[in-house]
Amino acid sequence: MNIGVERSLETQLKGKEFRLLFRCDLAALAAPKSRFAVPRLLGLEAGLLEDNTRNEQGAGSMWQRIWAVMLRHLYLHRRSPARIMEIFFWPVMDLLVWGFITLYLKTVAVPEAVLFLLGAMIFWDVLYRSQQAISLSMTEEFWVRNFINIFISPLSIPEFISALCLVGLLKSLVTTVFLTLLALACYSFNLLQIGPALIPFLGNLLLFGWAVGLFTMGIILRYGRAAEALIWGMPFLLQPISAVFYPLETLPESLQHVAVCLPSTHIFEGMRQVLSGAGFSLSAMLAAFLLNLVYLALGSLFFAWMLRSVRERGYLSRQNLH
Amino acid sequence: MSTATGSYSTRDAVIETEGLVKSFGGLRAVDALSFSVFRGEILGLLGPNGAGKTTTLQMLLGLTAPSRGSIRIFGLDLKRHRRAILKRVNFSSAYTALPTNLSVWENLNVFAKLYGLKSPEKTIDWLLSTFELGPHKHTLTGTLSSGQITRLNLCKAFLNDPEILFLDEPTASLDPDFADKTLSVLRDMHRKYGLTMVYTSHNMQEVQSLCQRIVFLSKGRIVAQGSAEDVLAQARAASLQEYFIALAREHRR
Repeated sequence: MNIGVERSLETQLKGKEFRLLFRCDLAALAAPKSRFAVPRLLGLEAGLLEDNTRNEQGAGSMWQRIWAVMLRHLYLHRRSPARIMEIFFWPVMDLLVWGFITLYLKTVAVPEAVLFLLGAMIFWDVLYRSQQAISLSMTEEFWVRNFINIFISPLSIPEFISALCLVGLLKSLVTTVFLTLLALACYSFNLLQIGPALIPFLGNLLLFGWAVGLFTMGIILRYGRAAEALIWGMPFLLQPISAVFYPLETLPESLQHVAVCLPSTHIFEGMRQVLSGAGFSLSAMLAAFLLNLVYLALGSLFFAWMLRSVRERGYLSRQNLH
Repeated sequence: MSTATGSYSTRDAVIETEGLVKSFGGLRAVDALSFSVFRGEILGLLGPNGAGKTTTLQMLLGLTAPSRGSIRIFGLDLKRHRRAILKRVNFSSAYTALPTNLSVWENLNVFAKLYGLKSPEKTIDWLLSTFELGPHKHTLTGTLSSGQITRLNLCKAFLNDPEILFLDEPTASLDPDFADKTLSVLRDMHRKYGLTMVYTSHNMQEVQSLCQRIVFLSKGRIVAQGSAEDVLAQARAASLQEYFIALAREHRR
């Protein structure tokens, strides 16, 4: 038998057909001290044979690939003070500013504003962080010229986006818990007084953050560095018409029609309703959820369209150069 | 079919392109390109800047969509089976990098997971040792020299035990000593495991010493192909370098 011959074995196992592909290096087996003997033997030990088996149906699990992308960002945050600051420092600065403003407003007898503004600020941060987490994480791959390596791996685009969304979820959760505790300690504001309604509020904000993130990623993919400012700017384009810090009626009537098309408006209106003691509005949450589904679908289509466009134009390989 | 590496039947072709065209607006970067790469072969894709070799490589990796034509890899249509194909190939380029703020081990661990390796420790250790990066296992990638980064890229490219390796000017940033070492490792890998490689470079000596067959491109078309000797005979040139320069000058006219 020749050295380095590739064997293909067909075998039946538990009723399923597995095609086991491996290259049997007889020289390697005969001379295990050779350094080139190691990989094939290692291949068997380290699961490469198993991987080849999976090649037929999907090398490694979807969750392993998603975890790989998450791990890449966890490694990054572990040793990057700047990224830790993104999670803690800037949100705390926001909380302090809004906290002192609300303390001042309290002295001029507008007590309800305390609840609205601090709650709105913490909620806004959830949307902002979740949007930023996914668009910034993708852009980082362009900055370090790693996007091609990711794109030519078996990772699918939906898996890549799911991983970035989960990174965004983790970052938002950490920031929200930290801000909630800080608001309670510094300003006696208890976000948990919203009760179980807090979960659909936060869930809807995360979903909208991801939808906005998909649009942002699509634009950055297509227009490159010229559009990078949108990572930080995109949420602020929506903030004035999302009725974050003031009720919907404050907006001019024409803008109110636009505002009700955004899930964020229904979430912040719902939050104000709960904090003012008027109870939980199921219709507002449902409206936000349905709108989120529409925006997520549109965001996915937009991203797919932009991806197809850059592949047609050959921009993917130029990465951050265009 | 006969090539520099011996006789092949079409059954052995692992890459087949048919009438491949890529246009960017009015510019036709690749024009009706048809060629095959055979199992265990090292194919050099050569040509002056703008000849279409990088665009061809990008299309073979699914990074750029062809305007017309088809690409079959392992007998599978790239457009329909891109992911199944990507599991069995890999790529290394002087122009891509791994995240600089992750250590060598972290980078390889992430990609090992992306390629489905469950316990990649021994594979990573072996690759680091093969590419002489063992002492840098826990070094931050951003602090490596350009030669070390190139070798790390190659470690990444070998992680999934690829059947085809696409190499885009892999020695572009290396000094002659490391370039020579890298070529030695590639030759070893090819000799031991029959790895198929598609190789682009501007270094004609390197191509002549490594590649068994060469496809010369100019203005998106194949102008010569075969072994280095075949190409020189077709071109009536004394050396690949001379032919390359003549093509480049004609290309720019």
